[in-house]
Amino acid sequence: MSEVIVVTSGKGGVGKTTSSASIACGYARRGKKVAVVDFDIGLRNLDLIMGCERRVVYDFVNVINGDCSLKQALIKDKRFDNLSVLAASQTRDKDALTQDGVERVLKELRGEFEIIICDSPAGIERGAHLAMYYADRAVVVVNPEVSSVRDSDRVLGLLASKTNRAEKGDGSIAEHLLLTRYSPERVSTGDMMSVSDVEEILGLKVIGVIPESQSVLAASNAGVPVILDEASEAGQAYDDAVARMCGDDRPMRFTELKKKGLLNRLFGGS
Amino acid sequence: MGIFDFFKSRPQKSAQTAKERLLIIVAQQRGERGTPDYIPRLKVELLEVIRKYVNVDPGAVQVNLQKEGEQEMLELSVVLPDRPDE
Ligand SMILES: Nc1ncnc2c1ncn2[C@@H]1O[C@H](COP(=O)(O)OP(=O)(O)O)[C@@H](O)[C@H]1O
Ligand SMILES: [Mg+2]
Repeated sequence: MSEVIVVTSGKGGVGKTTSSASIACGYARRGKKVAVVDFDIGLRNLDLIMGCERRVVYDFVNVINGDCSLKQALIKDKRFDNLSVLAASQTRDKDALTQDGVERVLKELRGEFEIIICDSPAGIERGAHLAMYYADRAVVVVNPEVSSVRDSDRVLGLLASKTNRAEKGDGSIAEHLLLTRYSPERVSTGDMMSVSDVEEILGLKVIGVIPESQSVLAASNAGVPVILDEASEAGQAYDDAVARMCGDDRPMRFTELKKKGLLNRLFGGS
Repeated sequence: MGIFDFFKSRPQKSAQTAKERLLIIVAQQRGERGTPDYIPRLKVELLEVIRKYVNVDPGAVQVNLQKEGEQEMLELSVVLPDRPDE
């Protein structure tokens, strides 16, 4: 049984690629056979975050066009041999992804892998549409910020109507909300919406909350997905999220303000 | 409730404002789900026509698609300003 999971959001820059890379590594670390696919045609990024950019020879569009086999295009991760990356093409041709081509490649991937993660581009145009179209599950990445929350609601609407499962009446796509770039400090001062605010607005529980963290930049600098930085809160929060996606029960962490001592509260500033 | 909470009770915080705005936007977006794609454009064009005669604001025009059994009904309502332009 294979599962196609789209990581999507509507809005750009909310953490889809960061999340795709970490979720893929999280599943791989749990022993699953995983492929992670970059759907952001023209703006290849996932290879950098995964740290395999120098090994990209063929890409997604090459496979669709029959320039190479899927096997030739898949890049095996250096850390997990049960994890592979399919890079996006750098072509500027917006029509390079065809529905038929995407269907063929995903079908072939389903034959080889248990988990296929689709890193969606921003927007709700062709690339984003195709990234979600064949999904069984969706991770909607959202930041606690007005435009991101509104866009994620749009995307939830599309998941419920404009996907293969919805159109065929094959049962709905499982939807998970992943709240990222969360800052308990700013929530406590009333400058940022809280987990429960976002849950109430969207009518969905979150599967995970990833704190705003400097480790994320360090991780992308190094080409090592942040979930592998076990000392970082963001890394641990991603691991919790993947565990929950696998059905484990884990309490939320890093969502509350760390308690400060009295002196700190009086003199420590914000 | 400590002394620190007391100092925090100033005017409404921005997160609260954001939440209130989003609750309205999301309710509106969800109401529009499943309606035909032409509705938003129809709304814009209707608004243009109505504005040739009355100066209403963009939110004043509501277009709803109602279903009653087999029948579909397009319901249009326009809220006129308190003192219409003469
Ligand atoms: N939890 C986080 N804390 C801090 N920075 C983050 C976090 N998540 C993502 N970012 C940063 O936000 C930017 C956009 O992330 P990215 O994953 O590329 O978003 P998207 O794929 O949605 O466009 C990147 O610079 C990334 O390092
Ligand atoms: Mg991205």
